[in-house]
Amino acid sequence: MFKLDTEHLELQASFKEFAENEVKPLAKEIDETERFPIETVKKMAEMGMMGLPIPEELGGAGVDQIGYVLAVEELAKVCATTSIILSAHTSLCCWPIMKFGTEEQKAKYLAPLAAGEKLGAFALTEPSAGTDASMQKSTAVLDGDHYVLNGSKIFITNASAADVFIVFAMTDKEQGTRGISAFILERGLEGFSISKPENKMGLRASATCELIFDNVKVPKENLLGQEGKGFKIAMATLDGGRIGVAAQAVGIAQGAIDEAVKYVNQRVQFGRTISRFQNTQFTLADMQTKTDAARLLVWRAAAAEQNGEPYTHLAAMAKLYAAETASYVTNRAVQLFGGYGYTKDYPVERMMRDAKVTEIYEGTSEVQKMVISGWMGVK
Amino acid sequence: MKILVFVKQVPDTDDVKLDPKTGNLRREGVKSMLNPLDANAVEEALRLKAKHGGTVCAISMGPPQSMDALKKALGMGCDEAYLLSDRAFGGADTLATSYTLAKAAEKIGDYDLLLFGKHAVDGDTAQTGPATAAQLGIPQVTLASSVEVEDGWVTCNRILGTDVQRVRAKLPAAITVCGDINKPRYATPINIMKAQKKPKYTWTAADLGADTACTGMKGSPSATKRVVEPPKREGKAVYFGGEAADAAKALADALEADHLI
Repeated sequence: MFKLDTEHLELQASFKEFAENEVKPLAKEIDETERFPIETVKKMAEMGMMGLPIPEELGGAGVDQIGYVLAVEELAKVCATTSIILSAHTSLCCWPIMKFGTEEQKAKYLAPLAAGEKLGAFALTEPSAGTDASMQKSTAVLDGDHYVLNGSKIFITNASAADVFIVFAMTDKEQGTRGISAFILERGLEGFSISKPENKMGLRASATCELIFDNVKVPKENLLGQEGKGFKIAMATLDGGRIGVAAQAVGIAQGAIDEAVKYVNQRVQFGRTISRFQNTQFTLADMQTKTDAARLLVWRAAAAEQNGEPYTHLAAMAKLYAAETASYVTNRAVQLFGGYGYTKDYPVERMMRDAKVTEIYEGTSEVQKMVISGWMGVK
Repeated sequence: MKILVFVKQVPDTDDVKLDPKTGNLRREGVKSMLNPLDANAVEEALRLKAKHGGTVCAISMGPPQSMDALKKALGMGCDEAYLLSDRAFGGADTLATSYTLAKAAEKIGDYDLLLFGKHAVDGDTAQTGPATAAQLGIPQVTLASSVEVEDGWVTCNRILGTDVQRVRAKLPAAITVCGDINKPRYATPINIMKAQKKPKYTWTAADLGADTACTGMKGSPSATKRVVEPPKREGKAVYFGGEAADAAKALADALEADHLI
């Protein structure tokens, strides 16, 4: 898995062309205005990108996991916001329905999600349940043919534009994590409201909102998987989501490198382009080496998932390393640009802001270290 | 309806440099792409297929790596790919190229429409499409900005400077299309996946039953002697200040003085 095959190279070329032509031109504007790029979502739907790893018979493109991470990377190179819109929709909403949903749920929700007719979101985090996701305060009480959902969720990507939400809530407080269940919620249910987007440091157009549930009636058939299995569903979903975020981090890093290489080859100081200075050369060599290493970790994790092998620890390693790399690389890119890099005239400052969250969401770097050391048998 | 669409793998125009010593194009390490106007031809073929049904065959003459251009065409939705590749095809001018393409069209057979991009960005001759039509003895319409097919006839708008000419031709016919005819679609993931299993053929001169005296360098009465880079134009900026009306007049006077208006 050190080299992409022809099919993957063709997919990559196509994603790159799409990203350059359709996504890159909007990146600066949506970052500055915090406008959710709904037109890009429609274009990705037309292109057949909204259900890449979902089998064709379920309405997706039937691309494998490697093909999927290539799409996330190519988008992230030019616009990290767009990449997380795709990744949250695909990995965190389509995937759990594909994996744990009933045939009816797949027909009703997965098919239109994979076709990009509907947009998905995933709601686990609460004000007091972040890294410790077991501390869910949202509750769902069975009442006849429906559950009554109360509580709130925060930092939910895609929220203000999404149609379908995977929501976690306690169905049995006594059982701890085994009392958490997963539900599929549709936008517009009575009592289900969505706040204004958060004003964030990066990924400023990804519509990160709070969800509020006030006696929301959720039909019983919208329980995803079995009652009490919600925590397992959430953790399994995040394993895959982490590969997506890791691919995003690799994309942000590579995007910054590509910009930096262009810049240093034309920026003149002391009578020569700054690319002629060894500091520039060595810095960029470090940046690219780390990014390539991160990419190989991403591909390893994606290949393991594709092959049905255990990949929880591989996803954690990929995300940990790729996120740290993205932060390091974008920080160095701004340094190479000097004062210009600190302005909004160049994209590297945005990339540096965007990179930071890859160390935080879908499991912080510290969580990844817990997962990795746990897998190593360190107790 | 069977549509043959002819495509060429060309150097990425952003990346092209001339070797200052030999004057030839530097091809080493230069990325390649599907000739942009050929992407318009593919798009038009796929639109016609969507409307009338049938098959779209993509055809390219070139070295083995030209299969990349054909794969792009398959990824966009073409049904079959034909690569015409043989050392005997090398160094062809537009006459020899059109002979070879016509042989391939004859071998595929039963075609209704041949589509070409108006010209390729590397050679820029705009001759290959018309010459292929002539080799096959079929009508040709060049510079098309629209293509409609009905009852065995094709009707096109042709862009002629500031005028549009509307013409029709009896099928089978060959059309060369302009860039403004459509916006080419992307190769979609699902089509790229399907393309792996679509028929891809590589034909040599022998496969085509081509007379090698008519192909490649042997069949080319013209040859490139030398390639020179046009002299770089010095850019200069002139600022017209003052009131808008005065500035506009000054600009108009300056343009008139240079015989630009």
